[in-house]
Amino acid sequence: MSVQFGNPDRPNSYIGKTVPRPNAARLVEGRGKYVDDIVLPRMVHVAFVRSPFAHAKIQGIETVDAASVKGVLRVFTGADLAEVCTPWVAVLAHLKGLKSPPEHPMAVDRACWVGEPVVAVVATSRAAAEDAAELVDVDYEQLPVVTDMMTALDKDTPVLHPEMGDNLAFQRVNEEGDLDAAFAGAHKIVSAQFSTARHTGVTLEPRSILVDWNPAETQMTAYHATQAPHMMQTVLAKHLDLPESRVRVICGDVGGSYGIKVHVYPDEVATAAIAKIMGRPVKFIADRLESFTTDIHARDHKIDAKIAVDKDGKILGFDVDDWTAIGAYSVYPRTSAIEGNQVINLCGGPYDFADYRAKTTVVFQNKTPTCQYRAVGHPIAVAITEGLVDMAAAELGMDPIEIRRRNMYADDAYPVTSPAKMRFEGLSHHQSMDKLVGLMDYDALRADQAAAREKGIHRGIGIATFIELTNPSPFMYGIGGARISAQDGCTVRMDPDGSIVALSGVTEQGQGTEAMLSQIVAESVGVLPSKVRVITGDTQVTPYGGGTWASRGAGIGGEAALRAGRALRDSILEVAAAMLQADQSNLDIRDGEVVDSESGTARMPLEELGRIVYFRGDTLPEDLPRELVQTRHYITSEYPFAFTNGVQASYVEVDTDTGEVKLLKHWCVEDCGRIINPQLVDEQIRGGIVQGLGGALFEEVHYDEDGQLLNGSMADYLVPMAAEMPDMIIGHVETPTKESALGAKGAGEAGTAGAPAAVMNAINDALRPMGAQVSAMPFTPERILRALGTIEE
Amino acid sequence: MSEMFRDKVEIDLTVNGEAVQARVPAGQHAVDFLRQELGLTGAHASCEHGVCGACTIRVDGETVRGCLTLAAQLDGADIWTVEGLSDTDAIRDLQDAFVARNALQCGFCTPGMLVAVEELLAKGGVPDRAVIREHLSGNYCRCTGYEAIVDAVESVAQKRTGKVTS
Ligand code: FES
Ligand code: FES
Repeated sequence: MSVQFGNPDRPNSYIGKTVPRPNAARLVEGRGKYVDDIVLPRMVHVAFVRSPFAHAKIQGIETVDAASVKGVLRVFTGADLAEVCTPWVAVLAHLKGLKSPPEHPMAVDRACWVGEPVVAVVATSRAAAEDAAELVDVDYEQLPVVTDMMTALDKDTPVLHPEMGDNLAFQRVNEEGDLDAAFAGAHKIVSAQFSTARHTGVTLEPRSILVDWNPAETQMTAYHATQAPHMMQTVLAKHLDLPESRVRVICGDVGGSYGIKVHVYPDEVATAAIAKIMGRPVKFIADRLESFTTDIHARDHKIDAKIAVDKDGKILGFDVDDWTAIGAYSVYPRTSAIEGNQVINLCGGPYDFADYRAKTTVVFQNKTPTCQYRAVGHPIAVAITEGLVDMAAAELGMDPIEIRRRNMYADDAYPVTSPAKMRFEGLSHHQSMDKLVGLMDYDALRADQAAAREKGIHRGIGIATFIELTNPSPFMYGIGGARISAQDGCTVRMDPDGSIVALSGVTEQGQGTEAMLSQIVAESVGVLPSKVRVITGDTQVTPYGGGTWASRGAGIGGEAALRAGRALRDSILEVAAAMLQADQSNLDIRDGEVVDSESGTARMPLEELGRIVYFRGDTLPEDLPRELVQTRHYITSEYPFAFTNGVQASYVEVDTDTGEVKLLKHWCVEDCGRIINPQLVDEQIRGGIVQGLGGALFEEVHYDEDGQLLNGSMADYLVPMAAEMPDMIIGHVETPTKESALGAKGAGEAGTAGAPAAVMNAINDALRPMGAQVSAMPFTPERILRALGTIEE
Repeated sequence: MSEMFRDKVEIDLTVNGEAVQARVPAGQHAVDFLRQELGLTGAHASCEHGVCGACTIRVDGETVRGCLTLAAQLDGADIWTVEGLSDTDAIRDLQDAFVARNALQCGFCTPGMLVAVEELLAKGGVPDRAVIREHLSGNYCRCTGYEAIVDAVESVAQKRTGKVTS
C-alpha cells in the first residue's frame, strides 16, 4: 500500500498533523509519575559518600559512627560491592585504539574525580542516609592530578592510569585528498582557534533509580529514568550476574534527558547491587550537587583549524586539529570517544570540496567523565566549519550567504559521499537557505543593522548551515561490540472494543513519542488517534529496542509502528472480508470502521468485528487467521545514518560598553524528512536551539587546577532563563528518506547543533568593524570586552 | 543534622482545601512534606536551592519555593498545589492552553511553572511578552526553550480579558 502523505484529503490523515500529546494532560495536573514519586513497601534510601579530591588513594574507611545513626541499615564500601558486581570497560572495537581501565560501581582503592562514589549508606529515610554519610570517615592520600587537556600527554605530566601507559584514550585522523597541495595553491588561508566549554545537561529531574530485587522470584525490577531501558536491562544483568530475562527495567515519566540519561552511572549500578544484596527496594535520587559532579559532562574541546579558499570563495579544504579531555574513564557502554570522532566526521559537512584532514586527540584527566549529550559533536563541528567560512568570507569581502551558496552541495547532487566519508542520501541546503533568507528578510535585516550602526548600536547577523546525523544503524555502536540495539520494534493489537494498543521499544522523554506513535498507528490502521493507547518503557512488555537517542525515535520507532499498523490493518480486513463475504482489496478501515474503499460506505464498526472475533469466533471459518496483533521491527540498512540538514540565523546586539549580548531573534529552517507532527517538531527545534544558546552564552563547568569543580549549583552554572531568550521562527523543507515508507528522519538535535555557531557569527559580524573577534565559548561579557581590548589580557 | 532539627513539630494546616494535621521533623522542607507525607507529588524538587522554581506552591495566596520553606512554618497556613488547583478547575484554561500549545515537554517544571504563571495572570490585563518572560525568570525549563510557554500565557491572558485575537 503506498500512501500519499502529501495529500491532505486522504483518509485517516494523521501523519503530518498537529495532534495533542496523550500524556500532556496528566502532566499539567501534576499526575506525572517520575521515579521519585514511586514508593514501594520496605523501600530504603541510599546516599553516597563521594571523593572530595580529584585523585586520591583510599587508605581506610571508618563507618562505625555512620552505622550508629538511627535509621541506618547498612554501609557498603567499594570492595563490598566489587564482590557482587563486575567492573566494566568502555571501549568499542570500531574505535581503534580506544582504551579505558576497568571501572567499578564505587571506587575500590583509588578515586579519580571529585564526586566519584566511595561509600554507600543505606537508611530508612533519605535524611538519615545523608546524615550518616557525613559521618563516614575516609582516609585519603592525595595523588598528583591531571587536569589540563593540552598538557595531558606531556612527558612530565603524571599518568592517570599507569597500566594504560599514557593519558591518551583515543586518537584518529580522518583524511581525504591532498590537503597540503590544496593549501599550497590557495588564494587565502584563514586559521582560528576555537573552544567549547565543558557543559552538562541539567535535567530538571535529577538522575533517579529505584531497584527492587525479589530473591523469591529471582526477579530484579528497576524503575529508572533512562532513555534506553533494554540497554540497561543488559547492563544490570551482565554485571550483577543475572539472566537478562530476570531483569525488568521500567521507565515511566522522565523529567528531561538530552543524552544525560542514556549512560551507565556507577552510583545507579551500585544501587542495583545494593538492592540485590539487601533483597528489598533501594531508591537513589541524585541531589543537585551530585548532578553537577556526576552527570556526564560534554563538549570540552579546543581546536586549531584552517580553511583554504580560492579567489571566488570556493572552499578547497579544511584542516582541523581537535582536542578533548574526557575525565577519568570512558563512559560505559557508548564510550567517550564518540564526540571527538563525530567532530572529525562532521566538519565541512554541508560543503562540496575535495581535501580534508581532521584529527581528534582524546585524553584522560581527573575530572567528571564526559560522554554523549544532545547533538554530540555537532555544535563543535558546526562552530568550526561555520566560523571559518564566515572568516573566509570576511577576508574576501564576500557576503556570508553568497559564500555558502557557492559551496553547498547542489540539491540535485545526491547521493554523495563527503570528504569526511559521510554518505548523504538527500539534503536540501539551497532550498533551506532560500527559505531562511525569505523568512528573515535578509536584506531588510542588513538595512536595519546599517541604520543601527549609524546610531552607534552594534548589531550582527550570523548564519550557520549544518548537517545532523540521525536514525543510526548498527554502525554507531553495534559493530563495535556494544549490545545497543539500532533496530526497534512495535507491536500493535486490536482489543474487543475496537481500540488499538501499540507497544514500542522507543521511549518518551517529553519530546512527544507517544503522540507521534499514536498518529502513525492511527493512520496506518485507520482509527482516530484517541483510540490508540501507546505503551513504552517496559522491557517486559515492549518489543526489544534501542530507546531514544541520536534522534531515532520517529525515524526508526515510527517506521516500525507504521509497518505494524499496516500489518494489523491487513489482518483486520482479512477477517472483515470473510465476515462480509467481500473482496479484501475492496475494503478499507476509516475512522474505526470497515468501509468499501471505493464508495466509503460503512460496512462494520471495528467493535463489532472485535465482538465476533473475541466472543463468537465459532461463527467464523475455522481456518481463518484471527490474530488481531502484529509486530514489526525496523532497522536502517542502506545508509549508516540518515543525515538531515538545516540552516540557522541569529540577530544579536552587542553592548560594547558592558560586553553583553542581547539575542534579538533567531531563525531555523531544517529538513528532517517527513514531518509527523509539525508542532512537536517545531518545539523540539526551539528547545534544542535554546540549549545551544546556553552553550554559546552562559554554560561552563569551571574547575580549578586541582580538579575541584567550582560551580556545582544552578545559581552558579547558568542555563538560559525565559527573560534572555528570543522568539524563534522555524521553517521546514521536507526531503523524506527513501529508506523507509514513512520517510522520517530525526529532529531533536538540529536546534542545538547550529545555534552556537549562528550566535558566534552574529557576534563577530557585530564586532567586525571594531576589528574584534571571539571564538571561545561561552561568549561572556568579559570575553567580549577582552576581544574589544577594553579589558587587557 | 543537629539534635534541634531532629525535633518534631506539630502543625495544623489546610492543603488544597482539606484539613491536615501532622508531626513533622523540624528540618523538613515543605516540598518534601507535601510529596512524602501527603503524596502530593505534583510539586518537584530539582535544585533544592531556591533557584529553579520546580517546587513552587501557593501559601496563603503567595507564591513560594517549597524547597526554601520548612514544613514547620506551615502551621495555620492555607496551601495550594497543582493537584488542588486542578481538582477545583482554578487554572483549567491555563492547563488547556499549555497542552494545546505544547508548552511542556517532560513536564517536570510544569506544576511549578503553572503556579508562577497564575500569580502573574491574577494581576489581570494582558502582560507584554517581555513581562511574561521576566516574571518566569525564576522558573527554569530545560526542554521547551520558553517560547511556547510565553505563547500559552499570553493567549490565556487575552482570553481572560476578552481580548482574544485568534
Ligand atoms: S527545587 Fe525549589 S527552587 Fe528549585
Ligand atoms: S518541560 Fe521539561 S523542564 Fe520544562
